Amino acid sequence: MDMFYAVALTIMTAATPLLLAAVGELVVERSGVLNLGVEGMMIMGAVCGFGAAFYTGSTGIGLIASIAAGVSMSLLFGFLTLTLVSNQVATGLALTLLGLGLSGLIGEGFVGQPGVKLWSVAGIDPLIPGAILLTAAVSYFLFRSKAGLVIRAVGDSHVSAHSLGYNVIAVRYLCVMFGGACAGLAGGYLSLAYTPQWVENMTAGRGWIALALVVFASWLPWRAVVGAYLFGAISILSYTVQTFALGIPSQFLSSLPYLVTIIALVVISGNRAMMRANTPACLGKPFVPDR
Amino acid sequence: MTGEPEYLLEALHVAKVFGTLRANDDVTLKVKPGEIHALLGENGAGKSTLVKMIYGALQPTSGEFRWLGKPVHIPNPAAARKLGIGMVFQHFSLFEALTVAENIALAMPGDFDLAALSERISRVSKDYGLPLEPNAVVADLSVGERQRIEIVRCLLQEPRLLIMDEPTAVLTPQEADQLFRTLARLAREGCAVLYISHRLEEVKRICHNATILRHGKVVANVDPTLETAASLARLMVGGDIHIVKSARKHKIGDVRLRLDHLNLPPDGPFSVGLKDISLEVRAGEIIAIAGVAGNGQSELFDALSGERELARADMLLIDGTPSGKSGINERRDRGAAFVPEERLGHGAVPSFSLSDNVVLTRHSTDETLVKSGVVQKSGATEVSGRVSTSFDVRKAKPDPEARSLSGGNLQKFVIGRELDRKPGILVVNQPTWGVDAGASATIRQAIIDLARDGSAVLVISQDLDEIFEIADRIAVISRGELSEAHPASQMSAEKIGLLMAGAHEVKEARHAHIA
Repeated sequence: MDMFYAVALTIMTAATPLLLAAVGELVVERSGVLNLGVEGMMIMGAVCGFGAAFYTGSTGIGLIASIAAGVSMSLLFGFLTLTLVSNQVATGLALTLLGLGLSGLIGEGFVGQPGVKLWSVAGIDPLIPGAILLTAAVSYFLFRSKAGLVIRAVGDSHVSAHSLGYNVIAVRYLCVMFGGACAGLAGGYLSLAYTPQWVENMTAGRGWIALALVVFASWLPWRAVVGAYLFGAISILSYTVQTFALGIPSQFLSSLPYLVTIIALVVISGNRAMMRANTPACLGKPFVPDR
Repeated sequence: MTGEPEYLLEALHVAKVFGTLRANDDVTLKVKPGEIHALLGENGAGKSTLVKMIYGALQPTSGEFRWLGKPVHIPNPAAARKLGIGMVFQHFSLFEALTVAENIALAMPGDFDLAALSERISRVSKDYGLPLEPNAVVADLSVGERQRIEIVRCLLQEPRLLIMDEPTAVLTPQEADQLFRTLARLAREGCAVLYISHRLEEVKRICHNATILRHGKVVANVDPTLETAASLARLMVGGDIHIVKSARKHKIGDVRLRLDHLNLPPDGPFSVGLKDISLEVRAGEIIAIAGVAGNGQSELFDALSGERELARADMLLIDGTPSGKSGINERRDRGAAFVPEERLGHGAVPSFSLSDNVVLTRHSTDETLVKSGVVQKSGATEVSGRVSTSFDVRKAKPDPEARSLSGGNLQKFVIGRELDRKPGILVVNQPTWGVDAGASATIRQAIIDLARDGSAVLVISQDLDEIFEIADRIAVISRGELSEAHPASQMSAEKIGLLMAGAHEVKEARHAHIA
C-alpha cells in the first residue's frame, strides 16, 4: 500500500505543474490569443520563486514572486502582440527563448544551493488540491459567469465582440496576465515543491506539454485534468519501469510520455467535429479596432 | 415643456473623412418617432458610415447629433444602446460557437441570469412572430434565424430607434414579409426604424420617408410612396441605368455540363452536405440556382470547380467526360471556367498584380502565359489589358495589385478573366454580389452574350431580380437538395420562396397559420 501511495503521490506532483500551466493557457486561448511562451514564463517563475524563497526563507513569498515573474513576462507578450500587434507565434517563441536565457543568468548563483520546500500534509502540498480547485473555478467562470461568456465571445469573434462594445484588447490583456500568473505559479511549484532546488532549464519542456494539453483537452478545463494526470502517470511509470531493467532502452521509456501525448493529440484532433465546435475561432488572429 | 420634440434623431451637417475620402459630407438626416425611414444609395455612397456613427461605432469628423432635440455625443455602441438605439448588422455580429441566449446575454446590461433571459427570449420572439429556440447553437441556424436573433436582441432592449442594414438581402420572400409585419408593428408602437436597402420596391412598400445619399452627400429627401422604383434609382445613381438586353431566342444545343446524383458529405459541423443533385446544363442555356445563403451553394460550387473531390468521377460530366475526380486544372482544360463568390482571397490573390492573377487561373489552358515552365509576363499583361478594356475595369495603374481595385471593378476583372477564354462551360457564384448597378449590368450582359455564343452557364445567386433577368431555367437549392429546374417563365418569386424554405419550413408555416 505504501508503494502505491508513493507512486500516486509522485504522479500528483508531476501532474500539478502541468495542470496549472495548462489551465492558465486554456483561458488565454479561449480569449483568442495563442501564447507559445508558456515554457519561458514557467522557467522565470521557477527561478524567481526559488530566489525569493532562498533569501526570505518563505515559500509563500516565493510563490508570490513566481506569479509576479509570470505576469511580468506575460505583460511583455501582451504589449508586443496586443498593443503592437506583432505575430503571436513568433513572439511566443521569442518569449520562451528569452525566459530560458534570462533565468539562467538570474539563477547563476542559485545552482547547487539548498532550496526551501513547500509544506505538505502526508506528502500532499496545498497546490495539488489547489490546482484542481483552480480548474473547477475556471470551468465555472468560463461557462457560468458573464465575464467568462465575454471571454469566449472575444475568442469566437473579436469583430462581433467589438461591435457590441466590448473592449477586446482589455479582455485579452487580462486573460494573458492570468495565463502568465498560472505559468509562473507552475514554475514556482517546480522549484519549491517538485524538486526544491534550482537547475538551469529545469522546466524541461513542461511548458510545451502544457500547451499540447490545452489542445488535448479541446479547450475544456476538466479534460486538462485528465490529460495532466495521464501525462504525469506515464512519465512516473516510465521511471519506475526503468528501475526493473526489462531491457527496454531507457531513452525509449523517457520519450514515452511525449509519444503518448502526440498520439493522444492525433486521436483527439481526428474528431474534427468536436475540435471545430470548441476551438476558439479567433485563436492566434490579431485584432486592430477601426477608429 | 412643449411635449415631445418632433424628431427622435437628428444628424446635422455631419461629415466623416477617411484619409482623403469624404465618406460623409454635410449629411443631414431627421427621423421622427414611429416612422420607417429609408436610407438609400449605391455601394460606397456613405450609408454604412452614417449609421455606424449613429450607433457610436465611428466618430464624426464634424457636425452634431441630436436625440429628442438635445445634442448628444455617442462615444461607443454601449452609449447608443443606452439611448435606445439598436442595430441589426448586414454582416451579423453573432458568435457562432455560443447559444442564442448567450449571444443575447452579451448585449444585455445588468444581471446575468440565463434562465430568466431564455424565458424572455421565447416570449418576445413568439410575440413578434420571430420564433427562436434559446438553447440552440448559432452555428446550426439558418441565416434567416440568425437575423431573428439580432432583431430579438434589439427588441429586448426596448429600442426607440432600430437601424437595419439591408435586412432582406438574406431572407426568402416569405421571411421578408414576416419581417415587414414586425417592422410595421414596431412603428405603430412608436419605435422608429432606419432602413437601409437596395431593394426599391420594398422601400416603396414599407417606408414612410426616404433620404438618398450619393457620393457621401444627401441628394434628396422624398416620400417613397410617391416615387417609382425608376425615379428612386435615378436619384441614387444620378442618371439612367443601362438595361440588360437578353436575346432569349438563341439556340439550345447539347448537354455540356451534367450532374448525376451528385452527393457530397458535409465538411464539418457548420456546413451543409449535398444530397443527390442531378442537373443538365445545355449549350446556349443559362441556369440559375436560387437559394438562401448557407444552403449548400458554396459546397456545390466547390464540387463543380474541383476544390472538393467527389466520391465517383461520373457524378460530374463535362462535355461527356467524367470529371468528378479531376483536379481544377484538368476541368479547365476540358473547357470549364469557374468564378467563386469571394473575389478577394478566393477569386484573386489580394497582393498579386492583375497580370499575375491572370496566370493563376489560366496557366494550364493558355500557351501564351507559360512556356516550358516560365511565366510569360508579356502574355499575362496583354490578357489583363484586354480584360480591363473590354470590361471597363477602372484602375489607377496599368497593372495594380488586386486588392487596390474597388469591389465592383475587381468583380468585373475576375469574371472578365474567365470570359476572355470563351469557356464552353461557366460556373459562377454570386456574379454581382455587392456590386453597384452599372457594373452589375455589364457583368450580366457579358454572361448572356457568352451563353448566346453556345456556352453552358450555371449561375448560383441569391438575387432574385438578377435571376429573372438572365436565367432561362431556374432551380432552387435548399438544405443541400436541388429542386427541378423550371423554365423562368413558369417561376414567380412566391414559388421560388416556397422552394427556398424547403418542405420542412412550409409545414412549420402551415402550423403557424392554423395556430
